[in-house]
Amino acid sequence: MKLVFEKSVKGRRGLRIAKSDVPTSINLNPDLLRDKDAELPELSELDVVRHFTELSRRNFGVDTNFYPLGSCTMKYNPKVCERIASYPGFAHLHPLLPQLRSGGMLTQGALEVVYEMDMLLREICGMSAFTMQPMAGAHGELCGIMMMAAYHQDKGNKKSIVLAPDSAHGTNPASAAIAGYTVKTVPSDENGLMSIEALKEMLNDDVAGLMLTCPNTLGLFNPHVKEICDLVHSVDGLAYYDGANLNAIVGKVCPGDLGFDIVHVNLHKTFATPHGGGGPGAGPVGVVDKLVDYLPISTVIKREDGTLALDYNKSKSIGYIAPFYGNFGILLRAYVYILMAGKEGLQRVAENAVLNANYIKEKLKPYYDIEHGQVCKHECVFSATRQAKHGVHALDIAKGLIDAGYHPPTMYFPMIVKEALMIEPTECESRETIDAFIGAMITIAKKAETNPDELKAAPVTTPVGRLDETKAARELNIASL
Amino acid sequence: MMIDSEARYLKTHEWAKKDGGVFVVGLTAYAIEQLGDIVYMELPEVGKELARGDAFGIVESVKSASDMYAPLSGKVVEVNEQVPDSPDVLKTDAYGAGWLIKIKAGDAAQFDSLMDADAYRKFLETEA
Repeated sequence: MKLVFEKSVKGRRGLRIAKSDVPTSINLNPDLLRDKDAELPELSELDVVRHFTELSRRNFGVDTNFYPLGSCTMKYNPKVCERIASYPGFAHLHPLLPQLRSGGMLTQGALEVVYEMDMLLREICGMSAFTMQPMAGAHGELCGIMMMAAYHQDKGNKKSIVLAPDSAHGTNPASAAIAGYTVKTVPSDENGLMSIEALKEMLNDDVAGLMLTCPNTLGLFNPHVKEICDLVHSVDGLAYYDGANLNAIVGKVCPGDLGFDIVHVNLHKTFATPHGGGGPGAGPVGVVDKLVDYLPISTVIKREDGTLALDYNKSKSIGYIAPFYGNFGILLRAYVYILMAGKEGLQRVAENAVLNANYIKEKLKPYYDIEHGQVCKHECVFSATRQAKHGVHALDIAKGLIDAGYHPPTMYFPMIVKEALMIEPTECESRETIDAFIGAMITIAKKAETNPDELKAAPVTTPVGRLDETKAARELNIASL
Repeated sequence: MMIDSEARYLKTHEWAKKDGGVFVVGLTAYAIEQLGDIVYMELPEVGKELARGDAFGIVESVKSASDMYAPLSGKVVEVNEQVPDSPDVLKTDAYGAGWLIKIKAGDAAQFDSLMDADAYRKFLETEA
């Protein structure tokens, strides 16, 4: 398919603008003016419509295909949530309105969404209060670690280390490092869980906290998680719950009950808001009592007369972490989703997400190696080591799946598993879809033995074939006009 | 060559070899094969003091980004600037032209406590 620029024909126009009869005078400094006209594509309206319609047909998403991208929880986003988020009363609100004189009374509905969302997340996570501001999971992590730092500073604690297991998402060490901490990695034990013995050895008064994803990136729930939190508390450290995998336990287990002090929730994962391609996400952060004072400003509070207002009066707050109140449209969609599902519905989300992952794990076990084959939670991590002996690597299997009409699983992560293929089906998929996916994975496993070259040449059904990732990374060449 | 018999090894797949009064450090051929095509590498400045086990650099491939760890404590006295520019040399000569840094060790006895070639070979068998 040609680029829109390549389709350009000199002089062709979508519309013709009448010559202006208003005299113009441009007083810009000549240095700021173009020497020649911008090279924009010259096309008719029909050319443009066909071009973008053709592009849109090549979209791949949850609305078109199964998307088992491990750790990303690519669940279906119910259309009713989109519908409500598009209501003009929400969509057309100006974010400054609640800060204007009397503007608060015109935004009670929107403030109530934020306030109620805070209340719902408190109940789901067992936290004392939430900030809705962070605009992604990693942003929530940074916000959480900044509060951790503020807490220790306030207490006069001199601490410089944040711990994270070797199975952690890369965002954990990155967030802690950006907040100024030195990150130390806690190794996993033979069961794929963070080693308690190693943790005990690494814990000392210099440890500010531990960041833990539970279930972890192998999809395994750590049965010692309460003991782990207690250990962290014994050195006045804080236990951070990375909510990336909350979908596995939502409504079933409360992170606060396990002893966590800070929780971030990826609304765009667990609560079914759109994501992929960089956003928009939302990563609200909840904290226990002793950290409430450090939450970012503003928060929505309820006055004695029942009206809602923004509260900026927090002297210990870490300040602004984002403009306004976070990605309001995403909060709204997640709010609708939670209300629709209700408590029982959310519990069934977790149950079915776990059931689907275990079904796939058991069905594919005869065909793919799995290092930690015990009962998993919402995702399972295979290892393409058996296929690699025939020269077919995780990457080739992923590309083969594209030809079969599936989005590839997450590859080469977590890094503690060789040739990792991390599959997360979510609760949304039907038995038929999952069986068809399993069939495609089995076909690929057989092909790896009988016809590895076909997989190494995949994908062949896509607009572009196998991309040269090495060249793309080594020779950065960002096109400019 | 997957394993150099003269080198000593870390479990994190770095090697060290004696070269006169200094120790040459690099990544093992096994690590390079596992990483896949390397697209970025960050090495320390000459003069940096390293403690054993410190991260001395970053290696980034199409699959992942990892720290590289110092097998010995000491001062970085030379850095192979060629490798980040043309990382393909790692594939062809991991234990030679693909060396990464040279360390003037504070305690040369640390070298003897590293895995020898046989131990590293056995370690790789348990890895696979």
